[in-house]
Amino acid sequence: MSSAPRSAPFALTRNPMGRLVYVGADGGIHEGVVPVRAFALSAPDQGIALMSAEGRELEWIERLDGLPEDVRGLIAEELAQREFMPEIKRIVAVSSFATPSTWRVETSRGATELVLRSEDDIRRLKGPGALLIADSQGIHFLIRDRKMLDAQSQRILKRFL
Amino acid sequence: MTASATLPEASPLATLEIDLDDLLEFRPGLLSLTATQISDGRQTWTLTPRLTLTHHDHAGVGTLELDDGERRLACWRYSMGRNPAALKFERAFNRQRDSLASGLPPPPLLAGICPICRGPLAPDEDDCPNCARELHTPPSTWTLLRLWRFARPYKGMLLAGFLLTLASTAATLVPPYLTMPLMDDVLIPYQNGKPLDVAKVGWLLGGLLGAALLAWGLGWARTYILALVSERIGADLRTTTYEHLLKLSLEYFGGKRTGDLLARIGTETDRINVFLSLHLLDFATDILMIAMTAVILFTINPWLALATLVPLPVIGWLIHAVRDRLRTGFEQIDRVWAEVTSVLADTIPGIRVVKAFAQEAREAQRFREANKHNLHVNDRLNRVWSLFAPTVGMLTEIGVLVVWIFGIWLITEGSITVGVLTAFLAYITRFYTRLDSMSRIVSHTQKAAAGAKRIFDILDHVSSVPDPAKPLVLPPVQGGIRVENVHFRYGNRAILRGIDLDIQPGEMIGLVGHSGSGKSTLVNLICRFYDVSEGAVKVEGVDLRSVAVADYRKHIGLVLQEPFLFFGTIADNIAYGRPDATRAEIVAAARAAHAHEFILRQPFGYDSLVGERGQALSGGERQRISIARALLINPKILILDEATSAVDTETEFEIQQALNNLIRGRTTIAIAHRLSTLRRADRLVVMDRGRIVEIGDHDELMAREGAYWRLYQAQTRQLDALPALGAPVEEMEKPA
Ligand SMILES: Nc1ncnc2c1ncn2[C@@H]1O[C@H](COP(=O)(O)OP(=O)(O)OP(=O)(O)O)[C@@H](O)[C@H]1O
Ligand SMILES: [Mg+2]
Repeated sequence: MSSAPRSAPFALTRNPMGRLVYVGADGGIHEGVVPVRAFALSAPDQGIALMSAEGRELEWIERLDGLPEDVRGLIAEELAQREFMPEIKRIVAVSSFATPSTWRVETSRGATELVLRSEDDIRRLKGPGALLIADSQGIHFLIRDRKMLDAQSQRILKRFL
Repeated sequence: MTASATLPEASPLATLEIDLDDLLEFRPGLLSLTATQISDGRQTWTLTPRLTLTHHDHAGVGTLELDDGERRLACWRYSMGRNPAALKFERAFNRQRDSLASGLPPPPLLAGICPICRGPLAPDEDDCPNCARELHTPPSTWTLLRLWRFARPYKGMLLAGFLLTLASTAATLVPPYLTMPLMDDVLIPYQNGKPLDVAKVGWLLGGLLGAALLAWGLGWARTYILALVSERIGADLRTTTYEHLLKLSLEYFGGKRTGDLLARIGTETDRINVFLSLHLLDFATDILMIAMTAVILFTINPWLALATLVPLPVIGWLIHAVRDRLRTGFEQIDRVWAEVTSVLADTIPGIRVVKAFAQEAREAQRFREANKHNLHVNDRLNRVWSLFAPTVGMLTEIGVLVVWIFGIWLITEGSITVGVLTAFLAYITRFYTRLDSMSRIVSHTQKAAAGAKRIFDILDHVSSVPDPAKPLVLPPVQGGIRVENVHFRYGNRAILRGIDLDIQPGEMIGLVGHSGSGKSTLVNLICRFYDVSEGAVKVEGVDLRSVAVADYRKHIGLVLQEPFLFFGTIADNIAYGRPDATRAEIVAAARAAHAHEFILRQPFGYDSLVGERGQALSGGERQRISIARALLINPKILILDEATSAVDTETEFEIQQALNNLIRGRTTIAIAHRLSTLRRADRLVVMDRGRIVEIGDHDELMAREGAYWRLYQAQTRQLDALPALGAPVEEMEKPA
């Protein structure tokens, strides 16, 4: 995609209602489109689809860098608004080593609590030491590399693995 | 309504605590609604009839948006735990705004209905049990004590076992005691030139023999009784766990791996059983033995006894130090072991796919990896463990040494006799072997505790479709079903959004819509496999959540999209829902489902075995057996989820003919992609992305030229491209 044109074959704007409006190459207008990452965990920057509010794919974007500045900005902004996967930086305390257990954690998005329903809600990701923890509310917390956590967090975490 | 004197501006009608800011960072905030304004602490908007507050959610984050019809004014976010509160806030806002628009005071909230899910509320409570926050109480660490619940029925036998233990332990303590007079009153005087007191020697030796025999007899009785009890406790534990597991909701099973559940119910109950019958018994004996020995030692000579007990605190500390590490280690081993079983449980049912894609090597590799992980975890634990036992051994040796040194010194001082020292040494070896075995029990206890925890994990899990505490009696089921404003989500994904449907008794409803539009999900809710997130499903006017689940399901005949057959005969499979059905009834049901003829072609007819999951049958044959199974229970409500998708058109037509008679008098909900399947439906319900978009019969919907018309056109157009299939339009089929 090195020779990708700097102008996109489609237009993207934000309307006063805060929705993204897409105008395709064929002139079709869609309001409320959402960008979706195809590989949200393993390759977040590769393959982003623009989906219509009806759930149809309008555009496939191989890489964001190929897009004009403003469109890229809009997409990044919208993704930032939709994506919520706090990254755990430190596990401060856990209510118990038996599940369900309430964890106090410090994340990339501030300090919070999460409730781990069972050990099965901890999913190992492909990367070395990467974990995804689903809390009882359906929020997913990411641990990029558990070896990089401080000793205490690692010790706590090990009890659940 | 302007700001009135009775409602000062400052007193909010509703507030909502939010926990995320605009950048999606955790930060508390507060929305408040007064009679005329809505505010988030930074900014305030005056209520006008044009303002709307809408909510939606994605990936565990809920969003409330305020707009005036042209522009978005504000946008607030919160984590999904606050969703019920947010919905309540939204409703309060709407009431206030509507009353502002109409000039009328807001309508009073209806009593007796949960404001969140609109389900019925018991008259004396105002918290809806379905919307109350889940309780997150972890199981206590004293999990093993909870096994008492299973031991209670065997109280008597356990008491007998305990008394026997006490007695047999006491009996084993007699011999060392007899060595004392044997030394001091017989041997040493003899050595010093006195004549041998033969009668006394006879008595003493007889006592030794008697004590040994007594200990043997008592030990045998005790072991037998306790083994009997523990086996029963183990069996009870296993069956109770399994029974409980069966009652859990589909949601639970969705989140668990088969291998893990197998391991828990199979291996771990067995381990607890062994623990109870062997190790716990040993442990009790050890404790008794140590206590009794200590008492005896102190009565003989308190100073020597004190010296004997020196290593005890050290051992106690050692046990304490490794206990936690051992337990977590064993828990981890259990989980890893479950992982190993899971690989098997995944692969063996999918063996056809494995072979088809020639992935045997990869699966073998996966198994090897799981085993390697298992080894790794075990190795780590064994490092701690292997150090532990020899350390205890060494401490006991040191203890013996201390007794020798101190004893010799006491003898030279003349404060004890040789007999006393011998008795002490005899006791102390027993004492320390006991200590040694007691320290070993640490590992077994921790293993059993880990197992018990995983068992109680299942037992403590409350079904997410709980039976009400006081179930209402279901009135005679005619088949009338009302689906009222139903919302449903799997995890954080909203699947159904506001379904309203009123099904008359005896009506046939055809559910159509794109794949993934939520048809099966709706059916799952009607069967109450899951509970609605919002709204209610009512049968005969009664909310499904207020009746006993099993009571209700008796009236449902269900044919699933993926037909499942159990290992057993064809007849057994058909009669699954009504094991007491007569052969004639089974045959009649099979005939109705057009399964009769192919069953007769099987080697043993209805007695032919179908393999696990029905491997020996074709997809269409499996479907017909599951139709027969549903028909046999003669249900008032018949649900067919793609029941005939895998049979050819002609067979389907025949099944339909037969079904026509059977459908009469029952409510039928049929899902099908082949629209021709639903020809006979009274009403067709077209779903799209979790909503009902059209309802009507075939002609109406065709005339409307909407979603159904498009689906229909798509199917017929595909056929037009295949001129060979020149069937009349009504019979048009989507090519398989
Ligand atoms: N157990 C589950 N956990 C999470 N999501 C699920 C689960 N079951 C279904 N879904 C999702 O719910 C949506 C609706 O599924 P449903 O099975 O109701 O579709 P359907 O209309 O029956 O489709 P089809 O015609 O293909 O059978 C799908 O997008 C599916 O991915
Ligand atoms: Mg389905």
